[in-house]
Amino acid sequence: MFLHDFLHLPVRLHLTACYSLLSTRQGPQVALTPAAQARVFKYEGASGLPRGLRMSLNLVIVLCLTAVLGPTLVHTLCSGSTDANKVRLSIKTALGDEAYDWDESEMFLFKATIAFAMRKCNKKQYEVSNIQVCNATQRVSFWFVVTDPKTEDLVSGKDVEKAVRMSRNRINSAFLLTDKTLEFVNIPPTLAAPVKPATPPWLIVFGVVIGLVGAGIAAILISTFIQKKRERGGIKEREEDEEEEAGQRNGVFCTVQEGADSNINPGFIEDDPFTKL
Amino acid sequence: MGTKETDKTADISKAEVLTTTDERPKWDNKVQYLLTCIGFAVGLGNVWRFPYLCQVYGGGAFLIPYLIALVFEGLPLLYLELAIGQRLRMGSIGVWNSTSPYLGGVGIASMVVSFLVGVFYNTILAWVLWYFFHSFQNPLPWRSCPILNNITGESGYVRECELSSPVNYFWYRETLNITPTIETSGPPQWWLVICLATAWCIVYLCFIRGIETIGKAAYITATFPYLVLTIFLVRALTLPGAMAGLRYLFTPEWEILKNPKVWLDAATQIFFSLSLAFGGLIAFSSYNPQKNNCEQDALIVGCINSATSIYASIPIFAILGFKANSTYEDCLNNNIASLTNAFNIGDQNITLDNYENWLAHLNATDPTKVANLHLKVCDLHTFLDQSASGTGLAFIVFTEAVIKMPGSQVWAVLFFIMLFTLGLSSMFGNLEGVLTPLLDLKLVPKCIPKEIFTGFMCVAYFIFGLIFTLGSGNYWLEIFNSYVGSVPLLVIAFFEITAVVYIYGIDRFNDDIVWMTGRRPNIFWQANWRVISPLMLLIVFLAYVAVQAMQALTYSTWNPNYADFPMYEVLPYPGWVCAICILLTIVPCIFIPLVALYRLILLLKKRVELLRRPNPCENEGYLRDM
Repeated sequence: MFLHDFLHLPVRLHLTACYSLLSTRQGPQVALTPAAQARVFKYEGASGLPRGLRMSLNLVIVLCLTAVLGPTLVHTLCSGSTDANKVRLSIKTALGDEAYDWDESEMFLFKATIAFAMRKCNKKQYEVSNIQVCNATQRVSFWFVVTDPKTEDLVSGKDVEKAVRMSRNRINSAFLLTDKTLEFVNIPPTLAAPVKPATPPWLIVFGVVIGLVGAGIAAILISTFIQKKRERGGIKEREEDEEEEAGQRNGVFCTVQEGADSNINPGFIEDDPFTKL
Repeated sequence: MGTKETDKTADISKAEVLTTTDERPKWDNKVQYLLTCIGFAVGLGNVWRFPYLCQVYGGGAFLIPYLIALVFEGLPLLYLELAIGQRLRMGSIGVWNSTSPYLGGVGIASMVVSFLVGVFYNTILAWVLWYFFHSFQNPLPWRSCPILNNITGESGYVRECELSSPVNYFWYRETLNITPTIETSGPPQWWLVICLATAWCIVYLCFIRGIETIGKAAYITATFPYLVLTIFLVRALTLPGAMAGLRYLFTPEWEILKNPKVWLDAATQIFFSLSLAFGGLIAFSSYNPQKNNCEQDALIVGCINSATSIYASIPIFAILGFKANSTYEDCLNNNIASLTNAFNIGDQNITLDNYENWLAHLNATDPTKVANLHLKVCDLHTFLDQSASGTGLAFIVFTEAVIKMPGSQVWAVLFFIMLFTLGLSSMFGNLEGVLTPLLDLKLVPKCIPKEIFTGFMCVAYFIFGLIFTLGSGNYWLEIFNSYVGSVPLLVIAFFEITAVVYIYGIDRFNDDIVWMTGRRPNIFWQANWRVISPLMLLIVFLAYVAVQAMQALTYSTWNPNYADFPMYEVLPYPGWVCAICILLTIVPCIFIPLVALYRLILLLKKRVELLRRPNPCENEGYLRDM
């Protein structure tokens, strides 16, 4: 399944370039990796061909090798390696109408942010070229590996993970995405530690409610108490008035119930609603 | 004679003046009385039981048995209770003692049931307060799982929460801290204790002077739920998926009417919804002036109660439809994510609209790969079918819906205030059902002012209510709810109606009503009171007991260590708990025969005494008919 992906544009370009080079014998137009350069210089003193011809032939062979095998090498490094990391972006989900297109410049930015993250973590001088990307799909997902700037070895997956975790926020914000929409498949998102205030907010609401209710109860009880006091005071006053009046009257004092109607004959009690058994 | 004695007589006259004018308290105006009765009838059941029944029993079709039960069972009983309370001007014990001393037990049974229900009902209000206090946070605490905070161990979410859901976790662990079985009680949870104390303080504030303060509180507690329901209605109808929920709710399934259980549930729902047989309605109407049109009152209260149930089910179901739609879309989006990642298709190429086409296309090209993804089958009807009632609806389903709505805190706060006011207005009736008989029986010493006595009552209720703050509190609440708030009420209501119709005398009752309202009850009421309602009550009671007896005594528990967690583990009740269940049902009802027996014994004793030692002073020509 991976083989299909090999034959995408840059490789084809390389192969046609090789072919055109071999046929036209023009000077190299592709920049050599330092490793390739080293191999070129190794071959120099080997055979008896004229020096210039030998050099250019070697150059071409090496070029073709790098051209064909280079991406292959990178591919086997990339997707087959255990140190590779898969990245998945969901730009349209995150940004909706304001989504940007994923193109070469965005990929360059991605490589740059990873290089930044690696620099922050390891304090080594990582370059954009140290980040190799492959298997890019329309989903916008791809694999990437990081190579050490000095030794060209692959940086272990764990170190990459550590670096990404450290600068995750910065990487996310470079792309206006979040942990969920910029997924590093093997790196679980960091859980945001919840902000814990000093007093739980519910106790504050509880305090307010109980304070209001307590104040209400106290107000009613106090008002009842005051009312009762006033009534008792009022009764005492009325009693005193009555006493004064009584002193002017005859000693015999008929008690008359207030509101009693003299027409009512207490001998006739209204039938009470008790059922006779 | 002397001034001192005249002073004494003056004092006595003053005291007598005070007692004769210190008559029965009364309502400030008719509106307060009506609002209090409506508030008592309209409670939590209207919001979280009726919509569930509507959904389970075929939507619009359920309205037929419901309205039939209202007309033939609910309204006659309601009219009867309001009329008898207004005529006899006493609480439940006094009324039934007056009707017949042998039936005094009915009043005591009412009081005991009111007390037991009041004890557990306020625990629900305590839970509502807990959620209310937590609704002022951003984000809401039941939105996401808490993170494990052990530095050495692996990071991640709390396991119990991950397996179930944040809403379930918040309810069962952070609110109830529930134990795995009813036998493990655990200590009282301090946060629930202070919520319960707050709830009782609020109840005390409104109940402090009896109907004086209840009447004023009713202006708010009875009307606020309608305001919130209207706000929710307007909001809910604009949510996506609301119409699907409503259509599902109201689509009638006429076939379901053949199932007798539907009729039973309709009858019991009406009965419990109107809060009959608690003695609260009798207490409220006893404070009315005698010349009051209680027929109109009964019709108003009964119809508004049913209308509220129907009105409340609209926003509830709109919101549940929204929730089901949201869950359905989440399910589809998960599938879409799996497909997009597996087939490396461009982001957002598969949308909710073209999902079916894409799935068919991919299935055709690479069926094995699609099968390996184990995509879930997403069906909107399955999600709509997930119904809940009771605390499950309010604290699990609805809270989950609220976090998906924009501006969650506002909706959560409004919802919980609405639940609180609904429950609070029902609590007033429960408390008056206990206070009024106590006042009438003159069991309250004169030296204690009413405010202090109601305070004592609230403290006593609070102490009993601490049972429900234990770890196993929720299990106990379910028991109390099923066994106290059901069968005893049916028994009491049956005795009430037979007492009034056959012992007090329906003709005498009719005359009383003519005197009170000026109109004789028409043939509809007569037929219902004499025959239809008692018959219906008897049938409902027998059917209910039969259904309950056939059900095994089991309960669902929340056990994180259960193999099939998050499914509920169903356990049988242990023997002693079964005994308590039976006791709870029998104890209120046993007062009825006990009191009758007691009076009979007293009567026999008197007769025997008279026969043994005839009183020479008694005129044999006049023997008082016993």
